[in-house]
Amino acid sequence: MGVGAVTPLVFVLSLTLVAVAAGVLGSLIGLGGGVVIVPALTILYGVNIRLAIGASIVSVIATSSGAAAAYVREKMTNLRAGMFLEIATTTGAVSGAYLTTLLPARFLFAFFGIVLGYSAFATFRKRHAAQPLTVSNDRIANYFNLHGSYFDAAEDKEISYKVVGTKLGLFLMYVAGLVSALLGIGSGALKVPAMDSAMHLPIKVSSATSNFMIGVTAAASAGVYFVRGQIDPIIAAPVAAGVLVGAMFGAKVLGRITSKTVRLVFVVVLVVISLEMLQKGLFP
Amino acid sequence: MTDPFENPASSPEGGSGLADSASTATDNLGVSGHGHRKLTPEEAAAMEEKIRKVEIAISLVLRIGVTLSVVVIAVGLGIMFAHHSEYTSFTGSFSYKQLTSSTSQFPHSFSALGHSVASGQGRGIVVIGVMILIATPILRVAVGVLSFLYEHDVPMALVTLYVLIVLIGSFFLAGA
Repeated sequence: MGVGAVTPLVFVLSLTLVAVAAGVLGSLIGLGGGVVIVPALTILYGVNIRLAIGASIVSVIATSSGAAAAYVREKMTNLRAGMFLEIATTTGAVSGAYLTTLLPARFLFAFFGIVLGYSAFATFRKRHAAQPLTVSNDRIANYFNLHGSYFDAAEDKEISYKVVGTKLGLFLMYVAGLVSALLGIGSGALKVPAMDSAMHLPIKVSSATSNFMIGVTAAASAGVYFVRGQIDPIIAAPVAAGVLVGAMFGAKVLGRITSKTVRLVFVVVLVVISLEMLQKGLFP
Repeated sequence: MTDPFENPASSPEGGSGLADSASTATDNLGVSGHGHRKLTPEEAAAMEEKIRKVEIAISLVLRIGVTLSVVVIAVGLGIMFAHHSEYTSFTGSFSYKQLTSSTSQFPHSFSALGHSVASGQGRGIVVIGVMILIATPILRVAVGVLSFLYEHDVPMALVTLYVLIVLIGSFFLAGA
């Protein structure tokens, strides 16, 4: 870019490419893509953090809706489990809005940095024992029929699974909603381990279902971001368009790669987010 | 399919077809104290069919929302660039930072948005596209309520209705 300034055209084109990458990654591991968008905007482009967070909300909704259209059609998303667990995430998000003043953000960042670090470890440890359950004694899961099956293209077979631990799952989802309202990040990062570790959903289903749910959580707070003037059209346009394209592409990839790969990519991103949160909590 | 069927009503002593159907009926009413619900193959197939219809409806809503929003955003961006020739060169003195600083002007209230769109500003149209994107997940929950009601799945319809109420309530609570 050497001489002269980076023009809006160059900004839009380059940010679209970054957003495509964010959309692919976000749709694969059930996170919103804010992990890529926020640092790219603040560090690469020097954009104000308030506007970067507004763009992150747009990217979460774009990832969710862009990939979910395909995931739901292909039965990768556990629709019933996702919609059931949204009870807890939305309630958590609303109560989080009232708790902001009770606890200092620094403490929360440090605490959830540790929680996510542990989740990364737990998710990594599970990498060899990926057999889905065939029996469930969980009354809630049985009553609402939250069990499911999906076609795994990497293994070339239909995989049926049973859901357990819905009470623990609901609690963790409540916390996920709470955290995303309090800290603005981490909603998908907590949702995937909740489904993978506590409820025994296969990792691909956990990722696709988390992906399905994060849009609703983000949409609940998007109105506020708009009114506060954090949704800048010149940033939102390339982010929304790029992320949508990336997410649609990512949704085609998830079925074909192995569960172990999905898990490892997720663990790496989780470690990065965990370190980021610890840094904000301990050395702000 | 290979579930051990632990409901006492179907233990070998009482395992007649009558007891089976009775236990299934009470389970479906949600008053079972035993937790296990075994669907007959016909019920499982009916359930599968129901789930499939809801899935297709929701997938359709998401695709329409996403496509519409991308088209509107692209049109808005196109108009924005068409109105400002200084934006469109690859090199020049006009930096994007003038559009992304904390003092940059763009609509962030519904009246300003309406005004911006009415005067044909690209940035207003982009924001309309973003609004469509934001509305898509909310619409998807609303369609979920309707689909579950239509499929006579009352428990799931209530679950989704609760989510919809909390979502809409959150907008008012936030004072948006």
